[in-house]
Amino acid sequence: MKAHLTRRYRFSASHRLHSDAMSPEENQRTYGKCNNPHGHGHNYALEVTVSGPVDAATGMVCNLVDLDGFVAQHVLARFELENLNTLPEFTRRVPTTENLCAVIYDVLRDGFAKAQVEKVRLEETMMNSFEYAGGAELRP
Amino acid sequence: MVYLTRKAEFAASHYYHNPELSPEENRQLFGKCNNPNGHGHNYLLEVTVKGEVDPRSGFVVDLKELKDVLNREVLDAMDHRFLNKEVPEFATRIPTTENIAIAVWERLAPRLRRAQLHRVRVYETSDLFVDFYGEA
Repeated sequence: MKAHLTRRYRFSASHRLHSDAMSPEENQRTYGKCNNPHGHGHNYALEVTVSGPVDAATGMVCNLVDLDGFVAQHVLARFELENLNTLPEFTRRVPTTENLCAVIYDVLRDGFAKAQVEKVRLEETMMNSFEYAGGAELRP
Repeated sequence: MVYLTRKAEFAASHYYHNPELSPEENRQLFGKCNNPNGHGHNYLLEVTVKGEVDPRSGFVVDLKELKDVLNREVLDAMDHRFLNKEVPEFATRIPTTENIAIAVWERLAPRLRRAQLHRVRVYETSDLFVDFYGEA
């Protein structure tokens, strides 16, 4: 029996949305307040969805200790209380939540082997969230 | 195709233990969840059904019927229960959130008439949930 398991995590970080490919006016027009050169912060909520057969001996898709450990070490430690613009992932990409979502998905897909990584959902505020599943169509 | 989701809550206790493993292996694998006296959660259940909208009623499913089936098959059986001891499925399966989602699906799927079950989502806490789509 295949089941999907989702775990929710939180981290806080700052960012500034600015593209070197745009003029100052275009940046201002595109990103509005988010273009403030001093940056601003969010409390992000991250949801990681993994899937797999429910193991008959454990009743689990994967042990949460393993998932929590991986996310703590490879995602939360990397972004918690950082300025995203200063991180290598965002030297050439604007640290929008779309791009951050995709970066986190790639980290999990490439490194977490205990279950199939299905989807990453990232809430920037209570009013907006982004989902990325490696380009595959999301479930209805 | 329209999808409709109904929520319900139930409170229950459980513990994780596999009788085929040694006490040490159980403790190592399940940690605090292995305490035989159990511990509890307020589970939040989301049942999603899908179907075409009936032109006469405008409904995908009769909500009263869905609620009745949900109450009878799931909540009456699991609410305020010790899952390991009082729900038959968990005499042989460990009552993890995964297996609860599967058990809820198996209890509901054969009893829904018009609408087709699409997803069962079970939240164990606000930070952890399992989705089951009836996949083998």
